[in-house]
Amino acid sequence: MADITNQSLNDIIKNVKTKKVSSTELTKAYVKNIESAKKLNAFVTTTFDQALDNAKQFDNKPNFDQLLPGIPLAVKDLFCTENTKTTAGSNILNNFIPSYESTVTKNLWDHGSFLLGKLNCDEFAMGSSNETSYYGNVINPVGDQLVPGGSSGGSSSALAADLTPATIGTDTGGSIRQPASFTGTVGLKPTYGLCSRWGIVAFASSLDQAGPMTKTIKDCAIMLEAMSGFDEKDSTSINKKKEQYSKNLKDNIKGLKIGIPKEYRVDNMPKEVDELWEKGKKILKDLGAQLIDISLPHTKYALPTYYIVAPAEASSNLARYDGVRYGYRSKQGKDLIEMYEKTRSEGFGDEVKRRILIGTYVLSSGYYDAYYLKAQKVRQLIKKDFDESFKKIDAILTPSTPSSAFKIGEKTNDPVSMYLNDIFTVPVNLAGLPALSMPAGVDKQGHPLGLQLIGKALDEQKILNIGYAFEKNCGFKNEIKKWWS
Amino acid sequence: MSLDKEKIKHVAKLARISVDEAKVESLTKDLNSIFKFIEQLNELNTDKVEPLTSILNQSLRSRKDEISDGKIREKILKNSPKENEEFFVVPKVVE
Repeated sequence: MADITNQSLNDIIKNVKTKKVSSTELTKAYVKNIESAKKLNAFVTTTFDQALDNAKQFDNKPNFDQLLPGIPLAVKDLFCTENTKTTAGSNILNNFIPSYESTVTKNLWDHGSFLLGKLNCDEFAMGSSNETSYYGNVINPVGDQLVPGGSSGGSSSALAADLTPATIGTDTGGSIRQPASFTGTVGLKPTYGLCSRWGIVAFASSLDQAGPMTKTIKDCAIMLEAMSGFDEKDSTSINKKKEQYSKNLKDNIKGLKIGIPKEYRVDNMPKEVDELWEKGKKILKDLGAQLIDISLPHTKYALPTYYIVAPAEASSNLARYDGVRYGYRSKQGKDLIEMYEKTRSEGFGDEVKRRILIGTYVLSSGYYDAYYLKAQKVRQLIKKDFDESFKKIDAILTPSTPSSAFKIGEKTNDPVSMYLNDIFTVPVNLAGLPALSMPAGVDKQGHPLGLQLIGKALDEQKILNIGYAFEKNCGFKNEIKKWWS
Repeated sequence: MSLDKEKIKHVAKLARISVDEAKVESLTKDLNSIFKFIEQLNELNTDKVEPLTSILNQSLRSRKDEISDGKIREKILKNSPKENEEFFVVPKVVE
């Protein structure tokens, strides 16, 4: 049959179910693609032998009544996988082999899929371009000089290059949605608490959420359905009935009220981003949705708030890397304290160290009120902005990012200019809301751009439905030439 | 406020990260530009705002205080950079 790997997950599942392709054939096709795409550097670890064993087992005794029957999946290397090295993109975890499986990946495997490999990411998910990874830059399949976004850059690159039929990432300030936007793919950050954080290498625990990255909205619904659900092992997991997102997907959005926040029109935003936003509004309006101007007045304070809250939580979470119980240990250091200091200095990269220092400082005696407490108060104001708006609307439409994918090295010398990339994605994490980035068009260089749909808490179905209707009418096609193979 | 090199060395000490003398300069510059950005928050009056401590409308669940697993010493020691049968080994602490 024709190349199966450029199809959507939903089509691949149909082909497996109708026995047009076996799980083994499918897995071999991805192995072949991955081996010829080393230039992209999307993988930290591959698990081909194990994947082919799993495929064979499936083919010998297939169960087609599962959500992901016989589907090989690569996942971000931030999810702990039992007996498979998990690095979080860091040198400090270069030799870490978990003895347990993260809940989210376990959920995926329980629905019939299996692991194909672990995908590169920014170190501890701290970055917007995948340039902070200890395992090297990842290349965007869109162009050989372009970053794939971050932190889930290996995930977006592998997905767009047909190296995995779908994938998962984590999103603390935009780490799923921004790379999805940069690669012309779909990425969803669920409501905080919908997907278990158990077994995910922690960055900022009040913001971290795992979510799907896929080629289509339907695929996104399938993956979200498979990975989400209550987990006793995560104390912030929401206990609610499981939703059937893919079965309940509808493209009728007539009468829905879509909010357009005026604060998302920022200075120096390229004209194309604005034009694309206009195009998005028109498509939704033509489908019968009602556009409503709204105001989220504290939007500009979201990033400064984030750069207090996230580093504070990170400095606390990353205190565990001490070279004693797991991970890298420096060979230098005369005494215990010096061993800690050398281990952490050699084990962490520059961006991670910067954020640990910011976090340590804002939590330190005498500065807590001025920074951390202040940030918690502004976070309240940001959340209230959304709460007020959602009294009169169903969802919010914004651009996903202020620009398309930038060049490797372009922003590495200026941390703040890198941080500004997440200006449209960060508010959602602070408010714990679900948001979807969907491909909507290209800029004048032909690089993909995305639009973001923000929903009320636990209203994933509605933003998926709007995305589904949008996708059918948008006419975007991700045309990536396979220059790397 | 601005951070000087001494302050940064102190914070690094608190964070248990040794910092190369050669890198202190550029680190100081980076952190100061980040703090300048962060301090935009001072434009806002938040005197009457309650701090947000949890984004969820539920309180954290507690479970019974009982052992749910155990007897996994080998698994736990497996990833240790240095161990001695049943213990993690660290540089000598007591003289």
